[in-house]
Amino acid sequence: MKSIKIGSGAGYSDDRLEPALDIIRDGDVDYIVFECLAERTIAIAQQRKMKDSKQGYDSLLEYRMAQVLPLCVENNVKIVTNMGAANPKAAAEMVKQIAEKQGLHHLKIAAVTGDDVFPKIERYQNETLLENGKQIKELGSSIVSANAYIGAAGIVQALKAGADIVITGRAADPSLFLGPMMYEFGWSFENAELLGKGTIGGHLMECGAQITGGYFADPGYKEVPELWNVGFPIMEVTENGEYHITKLANAGGLVSLATVKEQLLYEIHDPANYLTPDVIADFSSVQVEEVAKDVVKVFGGSGKLKTGLLKTSIGYKDGYIAEAEISYGGAGSVERAKLAKTIMQKRLAAQDIEPIEIRYDFIGLNSLYANETFDMQEAPETRLRIAARTEDEAVANAIVREAMSLYTNGPAGGGGIRSNIKEIVSIGSILIPEPDTDINVSYWEV
Amino acid sequence: MKLREIAHSRTGDKGNISNISLIAFKEEDYELLKDKVTEDIVKEWFKDIVQGEVVRYELPTLNAFNFVMYGALGGGVTKSLAQDMHGKSLSSKLLDLEI
Repeated sequence: MKSIKIGSGAGYSDDRLEPALDIIRDGDVDYIVFECLAERTIAIAQQRKMKDSKQGYDSLLEYRMAQVLPLCVENNVKIVTNMGAANPKAAAEMVKQIAEKQGLHHLKIAAVTGDDVFPKIERYQNETLLENGKQIKELGSSIVSANAYIGAAGIVQALKAGADIVITGRAADPSLFLGPMMYEFGWSFENAELLGKGTIGGHLMECGAQITGGYFADPGYKEVPELWNVGFPIMEVTENGEYHITKLANAGGLVSLATVKEQLLYEIHDPANYLTPDVIADFSSVQVEEVAKDVVKVFGGSGKLKTGLLKTSIGYKDGYIAEAEISYGGAGSVERAKLAKTIMQKRLAAQDIEPIEIRYDFIGLNSLYANETFDMQEAPETRLRIAARTEDEAVANAIVREAMSLYTNGPAGGGGIRSNIKEIVSIGSILIPEPDTDINVSYWEV
Repeated sequence: MKLREIAHSRTGDKGNISNISLIAFKEEDYELLKDKVTEDIVKEWFKDIVQGEVVRYELPTLNAFNFVMYGALGGGVTKSLAQDMHGKSLSSKLLDLEI
């Protein structure tokens, strides 16, 4: 039975690069997949593209590709990535330039476009965001992006045309892995069971080290060997949709039933109905078996035919967040931090500074679980955090100024104030018919 | 005992929804978890954080559960004022549950 090996090269945009280089060099893989796009990332990338039409791709593209390209050529490994973000064509152009600079030849680079439906936003004026019921037309000019999650079709098309490097924008994460499987094994969009299995495999791989011992260690309960040197995962998938997940033998981390299960259930909501652009994957019948040290076989799992509707992320400007923190230490630190909070509240009220929402945390005591009723009277140190959401930047600035003034106008011994203000780009979703995305693949050759 | 003694967990997010897995280390503890860690118990445990409902999915072949908690992330990752805006640390809180 035919099988291929796919390595994970990144699980998010700021991921480490070294484990990817190790896999390309020593992993004997056919493909390496760099998943670098979060819900919000593309909206921010879109804003960069608006300022400069040659920008809008992943900001680490050059850094990654400069090191990855020569190794991939040497080891005959194809690349699939969504580092195109808001501008796959500009990303492909950049990769071409890097390849030329390095004297590489016989490379075909493909850019998959069609996910960007912002130019068609007029069509969706009466749609409402699934998350909060807001109408698109209410958002008006605050909208900065509209990207549909597209599936594996464009990637398959590019690979059929002989592409060595496939760059997408908002392709769904598992589709980056499903594309090579569909191409290599000739799976069709009618075969929901295989697409379901392949999608589940992609889901397991898409977060990089999260299946090889990253995000897992809990000393005394869940030990991970050599976590500092954790490797990225490799999957060997056969044409019947079964696969083994493993890692390089000399990399740190581990692949066990526990690491695979944690990643399997990560962010999937209803396990029997995981919606992607390609298929509705059914995780409920998946089984896992440890067949050797650091080798887990995954089988079962299924799927139903895709809905034909694509989740589309609408990015829109949604005000500002102001944040500030100040530390108090030694005996009485909790009481002084509480006094600082009261002072802030009174000063903001006295000036009629009214954010949409404001929150005070005592870091180390209650900042993660919002438990108002914490009863710790003493702590070696207490850090007050003030966070507020405002409509206007001026209000955000005023709140930060008040926090800064806690040095000389607040309780004794406050130190280490840090503050920042950021503009919020919120993400909401609508569903659009698949034909609204005109999937197109363009090519560059060196 | 605390859940941590017999199970492990990971949190993920989508918008304003938190997704927490609960996985038994040993097959024989699955039924105990099924019995003790109900939707109501989890909703109560996270009452300061979760505004909406809690739905539990059962995955017996994996000795695991998936809890989907609505209205759990302060309006969503992008606008949440929480220090941990993704709610990544909620899995550790779940494992602190005494059963």
